[in-house]
Order: sequence, then structure tokens, then C-alpha cells
Amino acid sequence: MDLRYSEADEKFRRELRDWFAEEVPKHGDPPGREDWAARREYDTGWQRKLFDAGYAGVNWPKEYGGRGATLTEELVYYEEMARARAPYIGMNFVGIRHGGPTVIAEGDERQKTTHLPRILRGEEVWCQGFSEPNSGSDLASLSTTAVRDGDHYVVNGHKIWTSFAHAAEYCELLVRTNPDAPKHRGISWMIMPMDLDGIEIRPLPTLLGEIDFSEVFLQDVWIPAENLVGAENDGWRITNVTLRFERGSAWAADIIELQSFLEELARLAKRITRDDAAAWDDRALRQEIGHLSAEVESLWAWIKFSISETAKTGIPGLDGSAIKLGFTELNQRIYETGTRLLGRAGLVREDVGPDLPSERIVDKFLNTLSLTIAAGSSQIQRNIISERILKLPKEPR
Amino acid sequence: MDFQPNEDQLALQEGLRSFVEGRYGFDRVPEIEKQPFTREAWSELAEMGVFALRLPEAEGGVELGMVEAAIAFQELGRRLVPGPLIWSHLAASLVAGSATGETVVGGLDLTHPSSDPLLVEYGADLDVLLLLRSDGIDRVEATSLEGRPVGIPLDPLTPMLHVSELPKGERIAGADDAERFAVEGALLAAAQMLGIAELTLDYATEYARTREQFDRPIGSFQAIKHLLADCYVKASQARYAVYAAGATLDDPTVGDVVRAVSSAKVVAGEAAMHNARKCVQIYGGMGYTWELPPHYYLKRTFVLENAFGTIPTHAERVAARLAA
Repeated sequence: MDLRYSEADEKFRRELRDWFAEEVPKHGDPPGREDWAARREYDTGWQRKLFDAGYAGVNWPKEYGGRGATLTEELVYYEEMARARAPYIGMNFVGIRHGGPTVIAEGDERQKTTHLPRILRGEEVWCQGFSEPNSGSDLASLSTTAVRDGDHYVVNGHKIWTSFAHAAEYCELLVRTNPDAPKHRGISWMIMPMDLDGIEIRPLPTLLGEIDFSEVFLQDVWIPAENLVGAENDGWRITNVTLRFERGSAWAADIIELQSFLEELARLAKRITRDDAAAWDDRALRQEIGHLSAEVESLWAWIKFSISETAKTGIPGLDGSAIKLGFTELNQRIYETGTRLLGRAGLVREDVGPDLPSERIVDKFLNTLSLTIAAGSSQIQRNIISERILKLPKEPR
Repeated sequence: MDFQPNEDQLALQEGLRSFVEGRYGFDRVPEIEKQPFTREAWSELAEMGVFALRLPEAEGGVELGMVEAAIAFQELGRRLVPGPLIWSHLAASLVAGSATGETVVGGLDLTHPSSDPLLVEYGADLDVLLLLRSDGIDRVEATSLEGRPVGIPLDPLTPMLHVSELPKGERIAGADDAERFAVEGALLAAAQMLGIAELTLDYATEYARTREQFDRPIGSFQAIKHLLADCYVKASQARYAVYAAGATLDDPTVGDVVRAVSSAKVVAGEAAMHNARKCVQIYGGMGYTWELPPHYYLKRTFVLENAFGTIPTHAERVAARLAA
């Protein structure tokens, strides 16, 4: 068991560190959250810079324009990205992490050449049309229909929690193509251009008051049949293929961010006066922060173990769900602690005092509430862990 | 970076696991309980290399590192192997006969002032007692110890000698060794607690698969499943924190030793306590009986939690690193 990076990894690290040091300051601060045009420009502009420097799609295969990095190089990439406080993947998220990898694995040649280079260059933004109002945790029960008519599918339904819907050119869409088959066997995966007639986007403000996601109403939307990815009715399997691309390494950046946030909390606690003393003089607070940091360390080690395992066997292990559960719950606790430390300064979402970063901490805490719900809630992860890893009997469904 | 056990490490783990399962399997506990410590069993552990593991070959060791020691102690922890394991292992290079098991070495951690009573684990079975102080290590001959064996120790497999007064002892090592003992001791205790977290998860999972109520296995109910899923997460966190701390001690360039070890002690301590308690709970009424395993694990967890610094102590150490 060796935690040392290879010389090649360290060389890649130095190269990245230099590049980030040069480029991150030049890219400037992110625009206001409601300025969608500017946000799109900021996110895709950074993506373009990554592409030009050869760092776009760091884990995508080389033949599709990616870097084809090894798993440890990928880890180094995320470490350095976090250290440099480089812009987050932002609006490119669905395309780079979900849609693109699915097209790589299951798409045909035309779909690949049409979309992959454009996603990597930041020219195409994707959104996700999976969940529906009545199909959340039970995603496979989705009821949006697609009926074949000539060389098109006519789609009707209602999608929800669609991030960046109004900024996206394409949507990875799950539809029911066979209503008579068992629920997992009648689903198809398709690429829906967002400029088609019949698509209505209704923003759904989050508890942050932001309109990051929307409801998407689909009424007689004619999607060209060539946009079907893989075989008709094979969409559920294809969706699970995408999950394999989530190899855990992407958490690396968040882990490093959490550790530096805890360091920031320690500094903040030294400045804040509470009950006639520095907040940091409170032993219970120190122990709480130390405890949280110890847990972050353990997740970091877990991710390294999991990545090393994948590198050795070629197959991602089953621990993805468990890491997701541990990481998201911990993330929430950490930002809750931060918000509590702010005391009454945490009652506002803008900075009201010098060195009191209320806006960032409180908004981040509110944002972490989504982590244990999205991409399989904590309860669904616990079901997966207990049935697939611990082999406990399935509950009657 | 290859944070996976290599073949030698896997072989070490398998070898120890099969030895420990055979000699300390749960079916043997009633017998072990009558006399937790015996010289014969101690010699066997010495022959398995438990104490000499990290010594240079010239001194009869196999020159392995802290990762291997952690793996070994994880296995010892899984089956509640009794005896002053950590102290005798740490003393291998310091006290003649410790590595071979001929001299049984125990210890007391006095690095931080506290009002704890002077309870020495396996005190009546020792040849030598080491007193760990922040400025050095003192040696006391066990024959000079005056104390009373405690009638009912919490852990039936960890007898205690209540010492009335400590002899001064002879200074045999300085502050550097004392620091090494404190750090390595914390990690080895964490490794044993990792073993506990793992085995209590295994026990509770197996019980949930087979115990039926309402005409189906209780493990098919989400209320039980979700407890076990949380136990799985905790045991995993403990495992990788412990291994990472071992790797960091073996090569301090990869991280911060104190932070890694203290994190491991916090996370493994939390995992062992959580999982042992859930194990008692999932066994239901049977978990409250003497004859089944859960209570032994919970009781041993308290012994290890109080060895080489508690969760709050180590959490503070991690916090101090954050604020540095």
C-alpha cells in the first residue's frame, strides 16, 4: 500500500500547476448567479481554454478528443484544480460527465462526431431529462412517452429537476418506448435538441431562490429517430453504463475543497468572539471541527483505495454508492457547522462584516442540501449498499 | 500510487486471519474467558511474528512497516485476541525478550495529566510495565507493583490490576521514543478497532439475513438495512484511514503523520463504537445475553477507545493541525 505518486504523475502535476497558476487569475471571477448569458460564457470559455491546453475531458479516450489520462493522473488533475481554485465544470457538467461518456460508450459514429468535439470545446451545453414529478427514486417508472412516427419519435411528457435547461442546446432524455414491457425494459435514451417545437421550460426556483433547474414540458415534440442512442428499449442499461464513468475520482476536488474549508473555519473561529472569548477557545467546537476533518481524511483515503482498485482490475468496484453516501452526508454536516459558527452573521446571505464570508458559507450550506437527494438519495444508496454489497434480501417491491 | 495491499500484505493478512480464527474463534471464548492470558498463547503470538514484525532481521525481525503492523492488529482486533499486544509490540526494540514473548510487557500511558485511576491491563500477567511519559519512557519491574486485581473488569477478556502507587521506574528511552510510542500505539489501537468494526458488521449482517420475524428475514426491512449500510460506510472509512496512516508513517513525505494517525484513531474509534452498538441492537434480545458475541466487542471497544488517546483527544490534535 503506497500513497506515493509516480514521477510521471508528479511531472503532470507540475505542468498543471504552472498552467493553472497562469490561467486561473486571467479567467477572472465568476459572474452573478442570475446572469445566465455571462455564466454560460464564463463556464464554456473556461472549457475552451482547457481544450486548447489539452486538459479537456481528462478521462475521455484520446480518439474522442480527451486526454486519456490514467486514473492517478485524473486524481492529480482534480487535486490541482481544487488547489488552484480553478473554475468549476459548471454548465458543462451534464455533457462532460454524463451525456458525452454515454455517447462514447453507446452512440453511433455520427452521434460521436457531431457531439463529442463540440462538448469538449464548450460549444455545446447539455441538460438532463431523466426525473419526472412521479418518478424520482423510482426512476424506471417514468411515463414520458415516445411513439415512433416515420423517421421521428413523437414525445409527450413532463420532466423535472432539469439543470441549465434554458441554457442547453441538447438534452439527454429518457422516454418510454414500450408501455407494455416491464418497466426497466421499455425505456429508451435519446438526444433531444432543445430548440424543437413543443418544448416549454418553466424555471423552478430552488430553496436558494435560484433558477438553476426547471420543469420541462414536452408536447408533441418530434425528435429525429437518428437521435436514439443505442437500441430502442435498451435505455435503462445505457443509463447504468453512464454511471460507470463516475469513478469516484471526481470527488477528489471536493475533498480537497472541504479540507481547505475546515482550515478556513479554524481561522474564522479564531477571529470570531463568542461568549466573551474567541470561538476557537471552545473545546467542543475544536473537537467537532477536528472530528469532521478526520472523516474527510478517511474519505480521501477511501477514494484513493477505490481508484487504485479500479486501476488494477479495470472494473470500478461497488463502493461508489457508499462513498457517495459518506461524502454527501459529511459535506452537509461540515457546511452546517460553518453556518452555525457564523451565528447571527449566518442569518444573512450577503457579507455584513469584514472577514465574515456569510454569503459563501450560507449559500454553500443550502446547496449541500441537494447532495443527499440528487443522483440517488441517501436512502436509495443505503438500499443499494445493503442489497448489492451486504447481500441482504431484497424488500418486497 | 498504488493504494492496494500487495501480495505479501495479503498473504500476511490471510495467514494471521486463519491462525486467529482457529485459536480465538468465538467457540473458544468461553474457555479463553476463564484465563484470558496464558504464556503458551503468548509464545504462539510471538512465533507468528506479532511482536517482532518490524524489527530488523539482525534482531530476529522481518523488517516490515506500519502498514503490515496495522494489518496484523486489524486481524487481532477482529477476534479479540487478549494480552498487552500493543505494548509488547512497541517494546520489541526496547525491552529484551519482548519480541520473543519471553518478557511480557505492558504499559500505562501517562503522557497527559488526568485523574484516571491507575488501572493496568493484564497487570498481574506482566514481567515489565512501561510508563509512557511525554519526556520519556520508564521501566518498572512488575514484581515491584503493588495492586489489587479488579474483580469485574468491563471487558471479560481484559483483566485489570488496580495499582495503588507507581514505582518511579528506570528511564530507558527519551522523548523521541515516547512520541513514537504514542503515535504508533494510537494507530495500532485504531487498527484493532477497525477489526472490531468489520467483524461486528459481519456478525450483524449474517444475523439479519437469517433471523426471521413477520415471516421474513429482518434484513429485508429497510429499518435494519439502513443501519447496516451505515455500519458498512463506517467500517470502510476506518479501514482506509488506518491503512493511510500506516502508509504515512512508513513514508512521511506523503502526508502529515500526526494528522493521519489521529484521524485514524477518531474514525476507527467511531466506527467500532457505532458498529458494536448496532450489532447488539440488531441481535435484539440475544444481543443482551452473555453467550453471544456482540457484548464482548462493545466492551473491548471501550478498552481500545481509552488506549493512546480518546476520540476527543485526537479530534483536538487534528484541529490543532488545521489551525496551524
